[in-house]
Amino acid sequence: MAVSKLVLAATSTKSCKVLLGLRVLAFSATLSAAIVMGLNKETKTFVVGNVGNTPVKATFTAKFQHTPAFVFFVVANAMVSFHNMLMIAVHLFGGEMEFTSFRLLSVAILDMLNVTLISAAANAAAFISEVGKNGNKHARWDKICDRFATYCDHGAGALIAAFAGVVLMLIISAISISRLAQPNKCSSSTAATPPVLP
Amino acid sequence: MVKVTQRLGGLVLRFAAFCAALGAVIAMVTSRERSSFFVLSLVAKYSDLAAFKYFVIANAIVSVYSFLVLFLPKESLLWKFVVVLDLFFLVNGKLTVKMVTMLLTSSLSAAAAVAQVGKRGNANAGWLPICGQVPRFCDQITGALIAGLVALILYVFLLIFSIHSVVDPFLLRKS
Repeated sequence: MAVSKLVLAATSTKSCKVLLGLRVLAFSATLSAAIVMGLNKETKTFVVGNVGNTPVKATFTAKFQHTPAFVFFVVANAMVSFHNMLMIAVHLFGGEMEFTSFRLLSVAILDMLNVTLISAAANAAAFISEVGKNGNKHARWDKICDRFATYCDHGAGALIAAFAGVVLMLIISAISISRLAQPNKCSSSTAATPPVLP
Repeated sequence: MVKVTQRLGGLVLRFAAFCAALGAVIAMVTSRERSSFFVLSLVAKYSDLAAFKYFVIANAIVSVYSFLVLFLPKESLLWKFVVVLDLFFLVNGKLTVKMVTMLLTSSLSAAAAVAQVGKRGNANAGWLPICGQVPRFCDQITGALIAGLVALILYVFLLIFSIHSVVDPFLLRKS
């Protein structure tokens, strides 16, 4: 019975502030991941050969658009941060709206969908960057991180932010689902309604 | 009667998802092709790429989990009793299906991302596509990914289905 007390505590009015704080954190994490990866670009000049005595230089650019997985990463992180922003706005400014169970259900389902979206994006980018970092001798794919170190570092930072967003979205989704079972108004003016047990 | 049909629907979905995930595992594990490229001989196995290994492990976990949960209804009366009585079990039940769905999506998207590089290559990074040399391997990998996608879709249905079968009493009660 202690665990059901935990769930009751999770749906009290104080948990509304916790949920809001978590959503703000998740919004900032996913937004920063999208921005850092979106601005990820590095240009470098390499010496590719020698013609006589003069070295021949060529300029190569590493952009995030070269890899479809990174494009998916940026788009998915932008979508999840937009979802979090929407939920924060609904939370703060939608208090006058009737707190129907449809609203709770749609919030819970949207949270679940966004958890899967961001986990897919983070994982795809992680595995592609693992190939970029270590190369693959079976497929004869060279690693690129030794030449474009800044590009790889920025990408790693964006990945860490995205994985933090995954964990946060998971917790947020768990809280949203537990609030389905015990609907509770979140506005501070009204007192908390007593939970109705089945 | 509604409960019986709901349980039956959940069982059918789970069994189909189990079959799909198992098919994905088998298709990817048995994909192996040898091709000679001038004097070099290239053996393409799924374990060369970390993303495919993760895909196999994740889908194996999903198929084992589905198989075990299929046999849970032996204690179905106890399960429903527990669901109605303890809210934490309610949340926990949803969380396991959600964890499995997350596992499936992440493994599928990682494997698809790497397979896309294998098929088209990445001209900017100097990575050549390998599907031209090992076409049968590529086809089998594609089949495994499609089976994984089917398992994922079935699990998303199962997730929404289980939310519906649980939340409905609460939706009916709230005016």
